[in-house]
Amino acid sequence: MKTFCSVWLLLSLVELSPAPPVSQEPPLACTGAPGHAPQSETAEDMASTGDLEPTHYPARRAATVALHYLNTHHGSPFRVFGLQQVHKASAEDVAAGGRKYKLDFSVTDWASGSEGPALRCSADVLFPQTERHSGPEVQLRCEALQQINRTAQEEHAFYQRYISPDSAVSARDIPDSYGNVSEEMQPFWRLARVAASFIMLRESSERTEFNMAQVASVAQQGSSEEQLMLEFVVLLHDFPSQEIIQWKLLASWSPDRGVRVLQTEWQPRCPHATKPPN
Amino acid sequence: MRLYLAVFALLAAVHCEELFSGSWKRTWKSGLDFWTHGFSTERPVDIRVPQSSLYAVKDFLKKNNIPFTVMINDVQDLLDKEKAEMVGNAKMERNTKSFNFAAYHDLETLYSFMDTLVASHPNLISKVHIGNSYENRPMYALKFSTGGVSRPAIWVDAGIHSREWVTQASAAWIANKIASDYGVDPSVTSVLGQMDIYLMIVTNPDGYVFTHTNNRMWRKTRSVNSGSSCRGADPNRNWDAGFGGPGASKDPCSESYHGPFANSEVEVKNVVDFITGHGNFKSFISMHSYSQLLMYPYGYTCTDVPDKSELHSVGTAAIEELTSLYNTRYQVGSICKIIYQASGGSIDWTYNIGIKYSFAFELRDTGFYGFLLPANQIIPTAEETWLGLKYIMQYVRNHPY
Repeated sequence: MKTFCSVWLLLSLVELSPAPPVSQEPPLACTGAPGHAPQSETAEDMASTGDLEPTHYPARRAATVALHYLNTHHGSPFRVFGLQQVHKASAEDVAAGGRKYKLDFSVTDWASGSEGPALRCSADVLFPQTERHSGPEVQLRCEALQQINRTAQEEHAFYQRYISPDSAVSARDIPDSYGNVSEEMQPFWRLARVAASFIMLRESSERTEFNMAQVASVAQQGSSEEQLMLEFVVLLHDFPSQEIIQWKLLASWSPDRGVRVLQTEWQPRCPHATKPPN
Repeated sequence: MRLYLAVFALLAAVHCEELFSGSWKRTWKSGLDFWTHGFSTERPVDIRVPQSSLYAVKDFLKKNNIPFTVMINDVQDLLDKEKAEMVGNAKMERNTKSFNFAAYHDLETLYSFMDTLVASHPNLISKVHIGNSYENRPMYALKFSTGGVSRPAIWVDAGIHSREWVTQASAAWIANKIASDYGVDPSVTSVLGQMDIYLMIVTNPDGYVFTHTNNRMWRKTRSVNSGSSCRGADPNRNWDAGFGGPGASKDPCSESYHGPFANSEVEVKNVVDFITGHGNFKSFISMHSYSQLLMYPYGYTCTDVPDKSELHSVGTAAIEELTSLYNTRYQVGSICKIIYQASGGSIDWTYNIGIKYSFAFELRDTGFYGFLLPANQIIPTAEETWLGLKYIMQYVRNHPY
């Protein structure tokens, strides 16, 4: 079984396509279905239309999607947001099927310590109803986003340090089992979270609630077009299913262009494997 | 010559009261050590005799018909034992004082901490062996009791999901806190005056070991699933409350696999048997991480429990206490509404068998570190959680049913 797994992984590594994992057949012994909760919650779907209780999960899941969107657009090695509180939420069915949420919520910049100043946001999140999963659509407005640009200096220093041709950063397990993250790894940790947000956003549905649990590995690739190139393997935690889902991704970053995710690949976790297969 | 002097002193002491003077002892060279003075011939005299003189002294006393009894056969031995005990006690005290609560420990260290705690509070704490895990590791609960027989009790468990490390770590701190607060803090003292507290620091020992040796993200038990290469069932989907319903998986490879049948996991069965056997639990509180939530039943259905109002207000008040310390934000609600529908959960079962005050905590944080909470947050987490727990315990004590 293990050989089968390794062979399968080898083959899939060669492919490296960003196609949604639903199209890939997971090998028998290696599961951990990405994103879509193996169990159904159909029995008692909370009637999530009309005004929603802000502390209950339907509102929070939609807000989490908006958060992922925010991070993909405004996250950086020195800025990454976390959800603080949902203030108001409502949902309605839309004509083409699917559900649209309206949200009023607050986020904090996790890069500025445990409880930095809160940013107020409002968002429309549409979960489309399609046969094949397609990611939610988000429209987002946050107050005073432009004013938080004090990280430009740090970004440039970080960029200068690692853009050199000999730079070849590589590390595993961030944080480690005990929650430690070295000073040097902090910006990579945040970058990974921003990059992972692209995946989390795309894979989200009303039945998921993603968070990045750990960076299994980071390996710097040769810079390209003046972009830092980083290959991450990240572990995502989906709260409803409690699954840990492993993704390998290739991301670029520069202060000017921000984070871009070039390739993503779902990595099935064989039952007894603990490290990324490569 | 010296011997004669010694003998003489003895004789003098016993027979010649007017001649006896304590100052003899100080000039004495044979090493006889008078522990009591000879006040009169009616009163006995206690003498410590060095081993080298023992035969001679005994012989002399016998020959002169001076009755004597040996009170202590070997003083040195007694001194050695006493010293060892004192050193041991000091070490145990240092051990509980030197146990690093601000660090994550392996199973062996946590188990030895439990023993140290019990040994330094033998009149308050005992260790209850409620059974063994799948891989045959003992499952221990610490029982805090000031007496009585089968008093109404409060149950607190941690680490049923092994990757939630801050829960086991907090539980160790809380165990120590209860022990040191008893007799000092009026709230704890009053609770323990009428109720017993059972605290299970590591509810899933096999999983906990696995998170140290193999996979930090392991959640389930380590039981073998027949017909699958995937191991373990989710111990919090395995209880007999809506078992097998929505919110649990029938796939053995899933993190929320409910197991082949309710209580199939021995870890769950042990707790179930203990709770039902005891028969007098009034509160059941389970600790998880992460998300910063305090929840009450049900998980298996979103229908409100009959006691929803009361549980919600107890939870809200408990959270106020918790937040008061470090401003950590918590939310309160039923499992089903706050996080997800989940069948086969522990507090649903305990509620359904009549343990009204059933709660589940999700401790720090809200996702930044998630399961990998840095050790420097263990004590703040434990301290604030304790305030919430204490509120609930005090409430339970004040609302007997």
